[in-house]
Amino acid sequence: MTCTEFLALLDDLIDDTIPAETRAELEQHLHDCDHCEVVFNTTRQTIQIYRSHELFDLPSTLRDRLHAAIMARCKKGC
Amino acid sequence: MTTIQSVAGEIEQHPDVALVERVRAGDISAYDTLVRKYERQIFRIAQHITQNREDAEDVMQDAFLKAYEKLEQFQGNSKFYTWLVRITVNESLMRLRKRRTGKMVSIDEDLETEEGTVPRDLADWAPDPEQNYTQTELGRILEKTIKGLPPGFRVVFELRDVQGLSTEDTAEALGLSVPAVKSRLLRARLQLRERLSRYFRQKKGAKGAASKKSAHTEAGSEQ
Repeated sequence: MTCTEFLALLDDLIDDTIPAETRAELEQHLHDCDHCEVVFNTTRQTIQIYRSHELFDLPSTLRDRLHAAIMARCKKGC
Repeated sequence: MTTIQSVAGEIEQHPDVALVERVRAGDISAYDTLVRKYERQIFRIAQHITQNREDAEDVMQDAFLKAYEKLEQFQGNSKFYTWLVRITVNESLMRLRKRRTGKMVSIDEDLETEEGTVPRDLADWAPDPEQNYTQTELGRILEKTIKGLPPGFRVVFELRDVQGLSTEDTAEALGLSVPAVKSRLLRARLQLRERLSRYFRQKKGAKGAASKKSAHTEAGSEQ
């Protein structure tokens, strides 16, 4: 397997949607190729970091204010 | 995110469907429940597209109001949240068009970027790289990094990787084809990885970069 072929299947590997036989090939490539191993590990880390640090969170006071405004407008539209 | 994915089989009704039915029957408290369930996610999507907090606040309100007004048009064959995201994306784009008069803003153009197809920065990251930054610094880095991506990439990454929607639901919510979502997701992931490497890469002199051995023993443990 080449690095380009590996890259084409990177998302499927990360998302764990790969048939067992292809997975074995990918893992063999990972074992043999430092570069692809770095790309794989750091891409997974990237996703985990963004998952565990949610951006643009709504502070509860703002959330309550917006929520109340939405419901008030909906009720008016009834 | 488990609130979006249907856990049961197709025959089982998604809990949102019952809420939507109650709203249609005049029970506004059921809509209150739906708004509370999705308002944070909707706000984040609006922020990702408009990149402006005030716009995101307005878009969030307009999207929920529009969804309420159009609820009769909602077909049960798509998920309520997917439908709501689609309204949010349209409202966000309209807001952007108003701001940048004359400038086309689109989520479905296939942006060709040189970045994101072939990884360049191949240095390994420091162990637990987040530990080198405070929460505030890290938040700034993550925001700055994702803001560098085209809006169509940011939203695909947010829906698929942060909110956990399926590829199919993401495609439906954004009005894109499944291959387009897949292509954007790969490029978004690789571009974010590359940009974060500037902050998280192992410093020279630290233990050998990309050293082989058990670094990927956790492979596949995610999800």
